[in-house]
Amino acid sequence: MSQTKREMLIDPLVDNNPITLQVLGICSALAVTSSLQVAFVMTLAVTFVTAFASFFISILRNQIPGSIRIIVQMVIIASLVILVDQILKAYAFEISKTLSVFVGLIITNCIVMGRAEAFAMKNPPVASFIDGIGNGMGYGLILMLVGFIRELFGAGSLFGVTILETVNNGGWYVPNGMLLLPPSAFFIIGLLIWGFRTWKPKQVEEREYKIQTVEGH
Amino acid sequence: MEGLIALAVKAIFVENLALSFFLGMCTFIAVSKKISTALGLGISVMVVQAITVPANNLLLTYLLKPGALAWAGFPDVDLTFLGLISYIGVIAAMVQILEMILDKYFPPLYNALGIFLPLITVNCAILGGSLFMVERDYNFAEATTYGLSSGFGWALAITAMAGVREKLKYSDVPDGLQGLGITFITAGLMAMAFMSFSGVKL
Repeated sequence: MSQTKREMLIDPLVDNNPITLQVLGICSALAVTSSLQVAFVMTLAVTFVTAFASFFISILRNQIPGSIRIIVQMVIIASLVILVDQILKAYAFEISKTLSVFVGLIITNCIVMGRAEAFAMKNPPVASFIDGIGNGMGYGLILMLVGFIRELFGAGSLFGVTILETVNNGGWYVPNGMLLLPPSAFFIIGLLIWGFRTWKPKQVEEREYKIQTVEGH
Repeated sequence: MEGLIALAVKAIFVENLALSFFLGMCTFIAVSKKISTALGLGISVMVVQAITVPANNLLLTYLLKPGALAWAGFPDVDLTFLGLISYIGVIAAMVQILEMILDKYFPPLYNALGIFLPLITVNCAILGGSLFMVERDYNFAEATTYGLSSGFGWALAITAMAGVREKLKYSDVPDGLQGLGITFITAGLMAMAFMSFSGVKL
């Protein structure tokens, strides 16, 4: 094991972020970020599922036959998601209504499957568990950043608490309604990726075609 | 009948799975570099969606709903909490069956779509379609229409995206935005374009 446990936890935050670099789990990242509270609950749910799915799959990794491993992984993940879904319905019904189908969609969230396949099938349980938490947090980081921008500037509040008094309530801030609509999530993630890659130039992708400059002009 | 047409148009344009619900984004971003592959994947998604949504609808009506087991003598049983695991099971099984049928009877089509079929099991658009069907309480006819048209909408979106990206690779994009970044921005612009359908009342 060349990586220490601390590195395994920190690495997926920026250097190897599941969303901006590995392109995993984008579906839900975009859809549940219009308010910070929902994004936070989603982060907890995904981190929980990723960590425990990796843990259980890693325990069973020597028993699972290769040909049916996908279906075994699916069953483990789906059971955990049902657990999360039932807990949310029991203790946070309002939020579970807002999240609607996206709790169920954690099953097909590529982060969970991706980490199970790429890490948990080859590593011991504790390491897989930490890797799952790390990747869940990397996912959560992007989710919270996007949720922060969208809720603050789109509705003038954070976690439902008013920060910028909007015009409708007699304040001064004219909310940017565009930020609550789906397309803004794409723009914000696009710009976040730009920011991340300017900070860490190693992540920049190769161009397929280079622009040639002509000498002597 | 009119209701079904309205539902279809709504599922294709106004509530496009990819661009307004962000479903199937992983594959949408990863497999949209060339038009031909995007089209192949789009058609496979459409076929699988058109089969699994009605199949899950039948499953829900006759096995899972509260009171659905009355025909077997258990009128008080409510199995809806098993929904998620059954839908994903149906999807995985359908994809596997489809793969075998194609392999046996339509080898050229199998060779063209082969690599995408396993990917479809974990495509959120498919599971998402089934979950929306459950949430909105569609009957069998509505579920069939919804499955077919939402799959078509997804195929339309990914093909259009691939078309844009094929041209985009010749443009001078800033270094940090190269690849993934600019793809997101493009998807955002497309989502805005699709939003203009939302004023259409049917």
